Formats: sequence, structure tokens, C-alpha cells
Amino acid sequence: MAAIASDHGHGHGHDEALHHQFEDMEQQNDSYIVGMWTFLVTEVMFFGALFLIYTLYRSMYQLDFYLAHKVLDTRMGMINTFVLLFSSFTVAMSVRFAQLQNRMGVLAMLGITQICAGTFMVIKYFEYQEKFGHHLYPGPGFGSSPSYLNGASPNFAQLYFGLYFGMTGLHGLHVLIGMIVIGYLMAKWWRNSPMVTKDYIPTELVGLYWHFVDLVWIFLFPLMYLMPKP
Amino acid sequence: MSAIPADPNVTAVSATPRTETNYLNADWSIKSWLLTGDHKRIGILYLVTVSFFFFLGSIAAGLIRYELTAPAGFILESETYNKVFSAHGIIMVFLFLIVAIPAILGNFLLPLMIGARDMAFPRLNLLSWYLFMIGGACIMGGMINGGVDSGWTFYVPYSSMYANSNVTMVLTGIFIAGFSSITTGINFIVTTHKMRAPGMTWFRLPLMVWALYATGVVIILGTPVVAVTLLCIIFERVFHLPIFSAELGGDPVLFQHLFWFYSHPAVYIMILPAFGVQSELIANFARKRVFGYHLIAFSSLAIAGLGFLVWGHHMFISSESMYQGVVFSLISFLVAIPSAIKVFNWTATLYKGNIRLQTPMIYALGFIGLFTIGGLTGLFLGCLGTDVHLTNTYFIVAHFHYVMVGGAVTAFLGGLHYWWPKMTGRLYPESIAKWNAVLVFIGFNLTFFPQFIVGFMGMPRRYHYYYFAPEFQPYHIMSTLGSTVLALSFIIPGLYLTRSLTKGAKASANPWGAHGLEWETSSPPPTSNFLQIPVVLDEVYDFDPVTEHEQDKAAQALEVPSYLSNEAKSIESEKEKR
Repeated sequence: MAAIASDHGHGHGHDEALHHQFEDMEQQNDSYIVGMWTFLVTEVMFFGALFLIYTLYRSMYQLDFYLAHKVLDTRMGMINTFVLLFSSFTVAMSVRFAQLQNRMGVLAMLGITQICAGTFMVIKYFEYQEKFGHHLYPGPGFGSSPSYLNGASPNFAQLYFGLYFGMTGLHGLHVLIGMIVIGYLMAKWWRNSPMVTKDYIPTELVGLYWHFVDLVWIFLFPLMYLMPKP
Repeated sequence: MSAIPADPNVTAVSATPRTETNYLNADWSIKSWLLTGDHKRIGILYLVTVSFFFFLGSIAAGLIRYELTAPAGFILESETYNKVFSAHGIIMVFLFLIVAIPAILGNFLLPLMIGARDMAFPRLNLLSWYLFMIGGACIMGGMINGGVDSGWTFYVPYSSMYANSNVTMVLTGIFIAGFSSITTGINFIVTTHKMRAPGMTWFRLPLMVWALYATGVVIILGTPVVAVTLLCIIFERVFHLPIFSAELGGDPVLFQHLFWFYSHPAVYIMILPAFGVQSELIANFARKRVFGYHLIAFSSLAIAGLGFLVWGHHMFISSESMYQGVVFSLISFLVAIPSAIKVFNWTATLYKGNIRLQTPMIYALGFIGLFTIGGLTGLFLGCLGTDVHLTNTYFIVAHFHYVMVGGAVTAFLGGLHYWWPKMTGRLYPESIAKWNAVLVFIGFNLTFFPQFIVGFMGMPRRYHYYYFAPEFQPYHIMSTLGSTVLALSFIIPGLYLTRSLTKGAKASANPWGAHGLEWETSSPPPTSNFLQIPVVLDEVYDFDPVTEHEQDKAAQALEVPSYLSNEAKSIESEKEKR
């Protein structure tokens, strides 16, 4: 990229964190924020389609969805909800520490977030394992232990569990991606990289993503676990 | 457009000396191309790969046309025919049309037009090309490995239960290519919002930028929905997660709703950037301010918005209720309003313009006619009564080819010729290009106009024979003949444009005398686009009739009479011989 440097007539190469296409840090940070929110819009549309499918099917098969959902462990779901809510708090704290340039504070808060995310995934693993054990995974052999269906029609219950595994699975994938991104951010902070230490925006961006992941769960939990009797 | 640099020591941007290094010759290594963050190089990468996919899709189209020359068909079996038309649709839609104008011309032009050094996220831009290539490789892999026979629409349960072909692999490819589209869309939106040069207000933006911005909005709102919908089919095929399984109580029509929620706006992803190109071409070659700038700009946004409310008109015969149909039909008619605004405004721009019939302008004029036919026949299909008769016939095939080929491809070719000197620094041969533009128009109409007639008579789409109605044969033969002409007219630009890379005359910074920031930097531009970031003082289409007239007179005065110049040439050549 030598050509770029030689082309530049004006002298901004002082700021290590500033990329060549931007004029100043303000423009760069604004672009990052707008870009992140635009990306989150696409994520909303992505999950939105799934929530639409869920809403339609639940309104079509209310009773069967209600009966099928009873097999889910509300206690585990609730613990997971609080774990994620707490991790949202720690991420918000890490952004605050980034603004204060407190490196150890950021690392500690992101570390706790990672532990929360890990806890969430472990609990989710045990939940999935239990459903698999009860033959509640859609496909051949679904419902071969009929007692766990609570009297729901095996066909409609299969739709419910198809959505359950599809939606929580995609959410879990987002949690995993979040863990990778937070890990990357922590490595940058650990190495005192100017990319993150000069400005709090990169930390804020990761925070925004993590809040979104939490928010999806905040919708998933009541929709999947907390149904009223129709 | 008047633009002065921020630095008062430099008098004018257009006066900056032509630098020896530009984005093309700055570094010749392959690595510098494959790891580039430069939006111009990424545009070129897209141009090369998308042209390749267009070539493959055209071969499939040729096979379809060849098969249909005989009422009983004679080279393809039914199953192969299904795979060939699916391949044609999938390649042309996902690997050519959605990518062509936004990712090639849009990538190249957007930062240049708004006076920025690059896209807001150059690495994301490069990632989008790699995602496109991986997606393309998956799709091609699936096709080579047996193909898909579900059509490009992947309706369940054709694609979930009854397809034993490579649906999963091709869908994975489309899913990945979708993310390439999303990253491009995010880049367009952020770049337009945050990277404009000082003084480049929203209403000084070239209309191409408005169109690309509207395209970006459609991409980010629509693509994730189709991505997750196709993902549901992958889930169903691979992980047995039933989402649309009718046998379990799922709703296959829901798939169609979600699919068209994206795929109808997707036609605006294809045509909106074409509108943008069109506005630039018409303004420049009529040497006139675009008539109704604000209306054209807002009509792009209106199309982007309304486009999300009309998907139901693809499903009038798929168990839609009457009231649903009425509402979707009504909103579909509403889309005609912003589209008509554009067509009328372009026509009004031509009125009393100083029209220069150069190659891009011939494409642009062709576009107006072809798009109007394509748009008006769309009204037949948006109308509840006639749609029942016409849907799933060749009428619909002709309709969307008039919009997609007659519209998007014509505008793409026009734009490619217009900005070719800027992209490559070379001029293409004007006379052959002009004749070729006419050939595209003739070949296109010969191919697709007979399809309107034969479709109206009842020829169903996606059939590989019509022995039940041999009277359709003359129309099919006409269409196949036209497609041969059309193929020729696509090969010729490929040849002369490639040749111009080495043999073409060097282009000046502004060979058309066009207005716009992209013409104020050298051809080809330096890697950082502008030596000094320009300051914009005026709107982009400030063609002033008086100056135009004076420039014309000055050019005529400078022009050496042809007999004199010939004499001078012969004298020179004789000198060389001696």
C-alpha cells in the first residue's frame, strides 16, 4: 500500500488507529457506528423472518405448541436469561472502562462476559442433550417416547421442536461468534493495541453486537419457555 | 461541477497533473490484486468474475433456446432441461444481475462520485468479493455435480422433499453469496452517509448515488430474510428440522411468501442501479440538467419502499385470498408511479437537449423503450384478471426479460462503455460499438417480443416441448434466431473491449466532457482517487446551455478540416518511410 501513502498530499498518518480512507477519527468512528447499526438491522431482519414463522405456526397450533413446550426446563431457561442479562451489564461496564482508558477494567469485564457466555452454552448443551435423550429431535424416531410429548400431536410438536432447535441453534451460533469476537477484542486490549486503546469505539461495537445477541434471547425465552395455557 | 481543493495553493482539481502511477499500474503482482482494499480494483475483480458467470448463464440460455426450436424438443431430456433452465435462472439472478451493476459499477464509482478516498470499509468490501467467489464456487460445484431441477425459486416441497439433486450445495452457495450482497449494501449505505466530500450535500449527489443508496437499503432489508428462508430448507434437508413440511402441518405457501418478500425487492436491486446509470447517461449525452432531479431521487427511494409491499403479486394463484390479491394488486400498480416518473423525466431531459448519439446514449435510449414495454406488461400481470391467464406462460418470461435484459443489461452495457475510459484509461472503438449497440437492440427484441405473443397464445413456461401446439414453432424459431444475434452482440463488446486494453487510444481525464467528480481526477484514477479531496460548490448536472454552445464552437474552430489532416498524415507517413 505504498502507493496510497505517496499519493496522500495531506499529513494525517500520525494517528495509528486512523485508516487511510478517512479524514479524521470522528469520521471513522461515525462510520463504524453507522455500519454496526446497519449490520444489526440485517440481523433483525434475519431473526425477524424466523419469529414470523414461529408466530404463524403458534397461532395455528396453539394447544399443541403449549403441550409440547411443557417439556422444556423453565428453570434452566431462566438461569440462562439471568446469565445473559448479567453479561450485558458487564459488557456495558467494559465500554465504560474503555472510555476511562482503564485497561485492566476492560479485560476483567470482558473476561466475566466470556464466562457468562460459556455458562450459557454449557447450560444449553445440557438442555439439548436432555431433549435428544427424550427423542424430541425432529426426524425419524421423533416422539418414540410419547410420554414426553404431553399429549401434543407428534406432527405439530415436531414443528415446534423444529423451530426450537432452529432458532435457539442459530442464537447459540451467534453466542459462539460473539465469544470469538470478544476473545479477539480481549487479545487486542491485552497487547495494548492502539486500535482499541486509542478510542473506545471498537469496544462499543462489540458491545452493541453482544446486546443484540442478548436481546434475541430476551424474545426467545418467553416465546419458547413461557406459554400461557390457550 | 465546480470544485476547488481545500488547499488554496493548488488552483483547480482538474488542473492536477496526470500522475504516472494509477490504481492499475501501482503494483502488478497478483497478491496486490487478491489482497487489495481498493474499491476500484475490487470493481475490476467483480467485472472479470461476473462476466465469466454471465458467459456460463448464457450457454444455459442458448441450450434452452436451441431445444425449443422443435415442438418435440430434440437435444435435452425433460430432467436435463429442468436442470438447464434452473442453472440459467440461478446463475443469472444470483451471480450476474444482483451483482452486476452494484458490485462492478457501483463499487468503482460510488467513492469517486462523492469525492471519497475509498469505501468506508475496504476490507469488508474485499470480503464481499471472496464471499461471492465462495458462493459462486458452491453453486457451480452443485451444478457440475448433477445440477438442481427446482428452478431458481426453490419452491418447497420441490426443493425439500422431492428433489434428489444438489439443492443443499447450491442453496449454501446462494446463502454465502447473499452475505456478499449484504456487505456491499452496508458499505454503500455507510459510504453515502459518512464519506461525502465537503460541500457534497444530499441534493448535490449524482442520481447514480441516490440509486445505489436505495439499492443498499433494499439489500440490507431483503437479503437476510431470503437467507434465513433458504437456510430453513437446508435445515430441513440436512438436519431434518421441519419448517415448511406440509405433511406435518407446516405451510409451504409460507415459503413462497418469505421467498418473494426478498425476491420481489431483488428485482429492484437489479433495476435501481440501472436507473442510476440511465440518469447519468441521459444527462451527459443530452447535455442538459436532468429534468426533475428531486423527483428522480425520491422515486428511487419510493421504489425501494413500495417494493417491499408487493410480493403477493407473484402468488395470485397460490391460494391467496381474494382480498389479499386485491391489496397486493393495488400496491403493485402504485409502483408504476415512481417508475413512470423516471421515464417521463428522462424523456423531458431529452427535450431540447443537445443530443449526442454516442454508444452509451444509444444504449440509454434503447433502455427507455425496452423498460417501458417491460414495465407496462408488468401491469398486465399485476392485474388480477389477466394474471390468471398469463401467469406461468412465456408472457411472464418475456416481461421479466424485458426488464432484466432490456433494462438492467442494457444499462450495464451503456454504463460500462461510458465509464470504460475512466476504469481502464483507454478508449474503445466508437463506430463498431455504436453498431453493436443497435445490434443488441435488434437481437433483444427479436428474442423476446415473439415470446409475448406465444405466451399470450398459451405457451407455458418451463416446458421443454410443445408438440400439443405446433403452431407455436415460428415464434420459437424467431426467438432462437434473435438469441443468436443477441449472443453475438454480447461477444463483440467482449472482444473489442478486451482489445482496447492494449490497443485502444489513451483516454483523457474527461473524454465525454461530462460533469461529475469522477471525471475530475485522472483516467485511470490514482489509488487514493483524488490528489486533493475536492470541495463541492454546485450541483452535479450544471450543464449551462451558453457555455455548451461556446464549447461546441471552440471545438469546431479547433478542428482541422479532414482533407488537411489527411494530407498531414500522408506527409508524416512518407517521412517515416524515408
